Amino acid sequence: MGELRREIFDIVIIGAGPAGMAAAATACAAGAHAALVDDNGYAGGQIWRRANNARHGKSVLATRWINHLQRSAAGSGGLARLQQTRVVGMPRANVLLAESERGALEIHYDKLILATGARELFLPFPGWTHPRVMGAGGLQSLVKSGLPIVGRRVIVAGSGPLLLAVANYLRHAGAIVPLIAEQAHSAEILRFAAGLARTPAKLLQAALLRGGLIGTRYCADAWPLRAQESGGRLSVTLQIGKRRRVETADYLACGFGLVANVELAALAGCKFARPGCVAVDDCQETSVKHVFAAGELTGIGGVEKAIVEGQIAGLAAAGRTTQTARLFGNRDAALAFTARLEKAFTLRPELKTLAGPDEIICRCEDVTLGQLTIGDGDQTFHSLHDAKLHTRCGMGPCQGRICGPAVAFITGAENDLRIRPPILPARVATLAADGGA
Amino acid sequence: MPDTVVIIINGRPHQVAEQSTVAAALLTVGETLFRTSVSGQGRGPLCGMGICMECRVEIDGVPARLSCQTPVRSGMEVRTGG
Amino acid sequence: MSGSTARAAHIVVVGAGIVGAACADALTENGFHVTVVDTAGVGHGATAAGMGHIVAMDDSEAQFALTKYSRDIWNALADDLPRAAERVACGTLWVAADDEEMQVVAQKCAFYRARGVRAEMLDSRQLAAVEPSLRPGLPGALLIPDDSVVYPPPLAAWLLKRACARGAALRIGIKVSRISDVGVELADGGKIACDMALVAVGAQAKALLPEIQLRPRKGHLVITDRHPNFVRHQLVELGYLKSAHGSTGDSVAFNVQPRATGQVLIGSSRQFDNNRAEVDHGMAQRMLARAVSYMPGLANLSAIRIWTGFRAATPDKLPLIGPHPTRPNVWLATGHEGLGITTSMGTARLVADMLCGRVTEIPAAPYSPCRAGQIDARSACATAPSALAAIGGAGHA
Ligand SMILES: Cc1cc2nc3c(=O)[nH]c(=O)nc-3n(C[C@H](O)[C@H](O)[C@H](O)COP(=O)(O)OP(=O)(O)OC[C@H]3O[C@@H](n4cnc5c(N)ncnc54)[C@H](O)[C@@H]3O)c2cc1C
Ligand SMILES: Cc1cc2nc3c(=O)[nH]c(=O)nc-3n(C[C@H](O)[C@H](O)[C@H](O)COP(=O)(O)OP(=O)(O)OC[C@H]3O[C@@H](n4cnc5c(N)ncnc54)[C@H](O)[C@@H]3O)c2cc1C
Ligand code: FES
Repeated sequence: MGELRREIFDIVIIGAGPAGMAAAATACAAGAHAALVDDNGYAGGQIWRRANNARHGKSVLATRWINHLQRSAAGSGGLARLQQTRVVGMPRANVLLAESERGALEIHYDKLILATGARELFLPFPGWTHPRVMGAGGLQSLVKSGLPIVGRRVIVAGSGPLLLAVANYLRHAGAIVPLIAEQAHSAEILRFAAGLARTPAKLLQAALLRGGLIGTRYCADAWPLRAQESGGRLSVTLQIGKRRRVETADYLACGFGLVANVELAALAGCKFARPGCVAVDDCQETSVKHVFAAGELTGIGGVEKAIVEGQIAGLAAAGRTTQTARLFGNRDAALAFTARLEKAFTLRPELKTLAGPDEIICRCEDVTLGQLTIGDGDQTFHSLHDAKLHTRCGMGPCQGRICGPAVAFITGAENDLRIRPPILPARVATLAADGGA
Repeated sequence: MPDTVVIIINGRPHQVAEQSTVAAALLTVGETLFRTSVSGQGRGPLCGMGICMECRVEIDGVPARLSCQTPVRSGMEVRTGG
Repeated sequence: MSGSTARAAHIVVVGAGIVGAACADALTENGFHVTVVDTAGVGHGATAAGMGHIVAMDDSEAQFALTKYSRDIWNALADDLPRAAERVACGTLWVAADDEEMQVVAQKCAFYRARGVRAEMLDSRQLAAVEPSLRPGLPGALLIPDDSVVYPPPLAAWLLKRACARGAALRIGIKVSRISDVGVELADGGKIACDMALVAVGAQAKALLPEIQLRPRKGHLVITDRHPNFVRHQLVELGYLKSAHGSTGDSVAFNVQPRATGQVLIGSSRQFDNNRAEVDHGMAQRMLARAVSYMPGLANLSAIRIWTGFRAATPDKLPLIGPHPTRPNVWLATGHEGLGITTSMGTARLVADMLCGRVTEIPAAPYSPCRAGQIDARSACATAPSALAAIGGAGHA
């Protein structure tokens, strides 16, 4: 059966976002023979996706790390860049199974750094399955990958600083963004903004305090109630404070914060500090020896946290443990920011009842919320796993990545983390490829 | 259009930006219904990052490929609505 | 139940898998007072892991009798089953790989027909026409049209719903830690008094009754995304029997199933002495490579999950149905190996008939826990107590 290529490295980093890039560049500088694996065609992760593409403008930070990475790849040890390569499983100790256009690949490592980042949290409301309703980061990433947005009207909604970044990006790309609907309480947001003293956060602070970007209203205490088709466009009903308001738009870009991609960490057997958050020690090492984690999977905290954690993980994995201590201060600051972020953008309970019983919650299998009575009702389930077995909720190709966190939020039940390979859909050929081992 | 390639979408040729993914190309030519859901709803991309699987289309005869993760290639054949 | 004044005997069914659920259904139908307990939930365990192929198997006369009996019960229920049970009347194709296996096809065909099971031989051309995704050049197959496939967990729920409508109590989240002669003891310190306990805990029976000879036999399955019409029948290679038969060594066989959803379920593997639920990639790889060798187009399908499950295997591969050889008031319904979804229904009828003192519709002796080799030698086989007498009669006339 199909050939299985094999590559062997000292250190393998999964995820080429800020955390993974920092880890890779740092490990390489320390002399390690490393590989950076990512399922995208470009480094940069979610935030810096195609940041090297002139069309999209450059941030100083992004340019610095992309150059860093390019030097590492050209340098003596030579960082290997495995792009458009998806890690789908861990067949044996110290071995990853991956898939790319060229087929199946086994990647061997001594040390592993997980920097698999985060995805958006999507919550159901009437109309959330409409094709013109996308994630906030989702629409941004489509625009980054070639979708023209000039002159299009986009409502940005949901929660978190990402909404501002997305609105800003879309406007630069030519979109009209009349308003950002942020579900968090205005008082919390003002308190959060006032605390953003450090430089890179300044922009965010300015935007929050000003109540938006120029020409875009930033409404706190605001969230989408429904979206429906109206003459080829979308009609979006929003709750804004005590009022309701209807907006017409080409797209609703909506995400309620981020959820870490912890599936590989779970498959590797890493312990969790709390749900969705991988436990690490001072050197970013997880409970599994020689497996490190950096960035969103140790707690949603943004780009600066990702970079410093990546640096620490890169140094530690390369055996330069003593050099990590000088970075602890930066990390402490980033972690303090993380804590404030979480507090400010806590999801309000009203969001649990946006969708009625007929609304689809599992988009892969079209299971409705009404089918999932956990706790009481005619058919009652004892856990999400139980509900899954009987309704197919979470059984589709996304394997509960989208509905799992939403159901957990709505019902209060714990998310089902029975992670099985492949962690992402893989061709049967990949799983059948014979390593001869 | 600078730097374009021609891909076949549901049997018809379309000129699309060379630097785009299949998902972005489909939306650009006005194709919003990527797949038909289990209960018959039309769906399109949600996450844009290879997680939600809503953007699945058939590419060069292989079903269920993620269009948001796949760059366009000259002559590529894409089928939607499956 | 007319005119009965006797108190209905209280039976605790331990395990809410397909076997426990079927037994609860049959027992309540016969007037018994039933409580079902399970640690996990309804239809978890092997019931949530199995393929759900409802199949008449000709491995031995006893196996055939129970599978055919059970299959007929399932088929008679076909119109009543809930939609979630995803029943597909797809039939089985036993695929021959060479001329030698083609001879086996002929023998099997004769065996089934002689026992009233519809069977049809397909030649190479006919096989290619009905299953175009199979590799070209296969010599033929045996078609058993009345076999089917189901999705088992909702079936267990449906059976228990019927039982509960007749008064059964269902207690989930409760672990049984010990079975005494007067009831079951719970891990949380509680007790449920009863006249009889029916142990239907599948592969975990040894934890409650260490003396029985039961080994968990691990299996892997892979499910794909929806690819309708890629496969139309449950396909099994004839070599499967060799794989299922063996008592040692790991084995894989081509075993591919069309789901009502359009998904393709790919099996199967058999492994002793690996009691970890984790996927053993090497086994899954071998199993998939075997499947692709029969169906090259499988390689391009998108696989979304691999999982494992444990079959409860007895030394002779036949289930344990009936009174425990030495323990009064303890009955067994376990050891169904890779056929428990199918044989749950026959098991339930046998248990109910035996408890009611009726003549069973098929001989029950081959599955008796008292048969040789099923119980640790140290606990000698006493004569089975007459259950009905022992527990004082159910409320039936
Ligand atoms: C959709 C989205 C858009 C965002 N946009 C912004 C923004 O505009 N501005 C902002 O400040 N923050 C944004 N964020 C937040 C931002 O991701 C984080 O602040 C920061 O990038 C975290 O860095 P990271 O390295 O931990 O993860 P990421 O940047 O998410 O990088 C993780 C990388 O790992 C890859 N990966 C994951 N699993 C695998 C696997 N199994 N095999 C191979 N590769 C894998 C991913 O594809 C990704 O490229 C966004 C987040 C999301 C989810
Ligand atoms: C890979 C695989 C493929 C299969 N394919 C098929 C097939 O195609 N066709 C077919 O007919 N059969 C098939 N089978 C076999 C079938 O799945 C099993 O025989 C059947 O599910 C057994 O059901 P059960 O109710 O006996 O056990 P289970 O389903 O395992 O249920 C036992 C229940 O007991 C509970 N329990 C255990 N211990 C305790 C305790 N101490 N206290 C309380 N509760 C407890 C568990 O939580 C569990 O819910 C397959 C099996 C496997 C593993
Ligand atoms: S849009 Fe979510 S996977 Fe492509």
